Amino acid sequence: MIEIKDLFIKFPGFTLQDINLSIQDGEFFMLLGPTGAGKTLILEAIAGIVPITRGRIFVKGKEITRLPPEQRDTSIVYQDYALFPHLSVLKNITYGLRYHKNNPKASKKRVTQLMEQLGLQPLAQRSIHNLSGGEKQRTALARALAVNPSVLLLDEPLSALDPNFREDVRELLKKLHQEVETTFLMVTHDFAEAMFLGERMAVLNTGKIDQVGPVHDVFHKPATPFVAKFMGIKNVFHASFRNTKARVNNLELHLQSPSGENKHYVAIRPEDIIISRNGTFGNDMNAFQAKVMSISDQGPYYEVSAEAVNVIFRVMLSKNEFIKLEIQKGKHIHLSFRSSTIHVF
Amino acid sequence: MAIKRKIDPFFWIAVFSTVTVIVFIIFPLTEMVLQPSVQDLKDAICDPDVLGSIGLSIYTSGMAALISFLIGTPFAYLLARKDFFGKKLVESIIELPIMIPHPVVGIAILGLAGKNHWLGQLMQQVGIQIMGTVTGIVTVLTFVGLPFYVNTVKAGFEAIPVRLENISRSLGASLSETFVRVTFRLAWRSMLVGIIMCSARAISEFGAVVIVAYHPMIAPVMIYERFTAYGIKYSQPVAVWLIVVSLLLFLLLRICSLPKENQT
Repeated sequence: MIEIKDLFIKFPGFTLQDINLSIQDGEFFMLLGPTGAGKTLILEAIAGIVPITRGRIFVKGKEITRLPPEQRDTSIVYQDYALFPHLSVLKNITYGLRYHKNNPKASKKRVTQLMEQLGLQPLAQRSIHNLSGGEKQRTALARALAVNPSVLLLDEPLSALDPNFREDVRELLKKLHQEVETTFLMVTHDFAEAMFLGERMAVLNTGKIDQVGPVHDVFHKPATPFVAKFMGIKNVFHASFRNTKARVNNLELHLQSPSGENKHYVAIRPEDIIISRNGTFGNDMNAFQAKVMSISDQGPYYEVSAEAVNVIFRVMLSKNEFIKLEIQKGKHIHLSFRSSTIHVF
Repeated sequence: MAIKRKIDPFFWIAVFSTVTVIVFIIFPLTEMVLQPSVQDLKDAICDPDVLGSIGLSIYTSGMAALISFLIGTPFAYLLARKDFFGKKLVESIIELPIMIPHPVVGIAILGLAGKNHWLGQLMQQVGIQIMGTVTGIVTVLTFVGLPFYVNTVKAGFEAIPVRLENISRSLGASLSETFVRVTFRLAWRSMLVGIIMCSARAISEFGAVVIVAYHPMIAPVMIYERFTAYGIKYSQPVAVWLIVVSLLLFLLLRICSLPKENQT
């Protein structure tokens, strides 16, 4: 188990504070946040690479806060792979073995197995200068796992790969995690990656953790407007509540159940809103007439902004629907969404 | 064939400047190399005094480079990797020997090594003599050459991504093991260039050496002596041999420091 207690790191112009995390053995945990939120800093603090101002870090019950990096039993994989340029693929992978001599036979077997799993056997003697991005990434993974660390720290390992490769390596990471006993802690700014790989995640916002929980919970029930927006919920509104009603400006929304206390926001996913010509009505439906304000082509789909009673909703619309509904700027349409799709927080 | 474009006048100014600079450097040197007759050159190289002084020049500047390598490498590493209070000051201090007039360097070192200074007395007790000795020459040459080594190697260390060292540490290697297995292996070329820079600077030193040790005579002092005693014609052959030998040595080191193909 990794335990981080009250971690505080101060750099000129940036502070990481109140970081408390508890990650289970063997878990695939994601640290999610935008660039500059301090994700990599947390990884490097665990690895012992950056000095920390305050706080304590434990791995498997042992405090490692003051230990040098080589005694922490953690391996790190960087986005740019950071392979040793003067060593071959095999020598990169076996670099750390001489420091983990407890069981040389097991180590050797482990390296062979890892190289097989990652398809690196044919590349063993190659110089790393002649590898593709994907091959470099796999070499970096094999090197980190060869020493059988308690924790594998992954710093945006997929973002330097081109999109076709990314899915392959994503699958590979998932498989690898299932096959080894190591705890994976991965940093990413892509929530789709987090959803696919992670069991639980923490969302970071400028040096602080906004929310921790199982990935599906964070995705569907964000706790702050920041997390909601980061999870791709584009309709987040400040609201006042009374029983099963929420008021955003002058627009009244029907909720599925009473909001409860201390709630300030409603959030509706853009893909949960339906656009129609005449409106879709029903018991649990919220429906309004709205005017199309803008249309933006997002490639596979359109994003339509439409205003209803001074509230601007953003709606995701398939290309097919878009053509069928003859959407045009300034045109009046109907927006509707189920009460159950409104998230209150 | 490439399409001709209008060329900006600044381009011609740059071309003119380049030619001027190259001629300014090469012309006096080639003239000097070409002026002595083959017989003069032959006589000079057969003179044991000349051979001895060139040998001493190479030996003392080589020693200065070796000392710079030993003490300058960890220092350059610290400067490249750590930020600390007063770092700018330390970086300025290492530049001082470049700025100080050379005779002043000689006088400063002699001042320390003299009988009136506690350090001089201490050195005398342990049998270290600076004035008029090879030790003195090496000391002075290290003083003037060290900044060139440190600055070159510092830039070399800075060019190595710190992440490689982080990875090595996280895989179990200590700081010193990481230095040997990663940093040194990637920075040795810049160390070799540093050694070339340092010894090139050392081999050309005259002002500081002449104050600390007129004898034993290094080549620049001998050239000066022959010039003042017998004139330009007598000093030129020694100068030519010094240039030839140093150029050969530096060329050899430079070739060793060139990256092979497919290597960074």
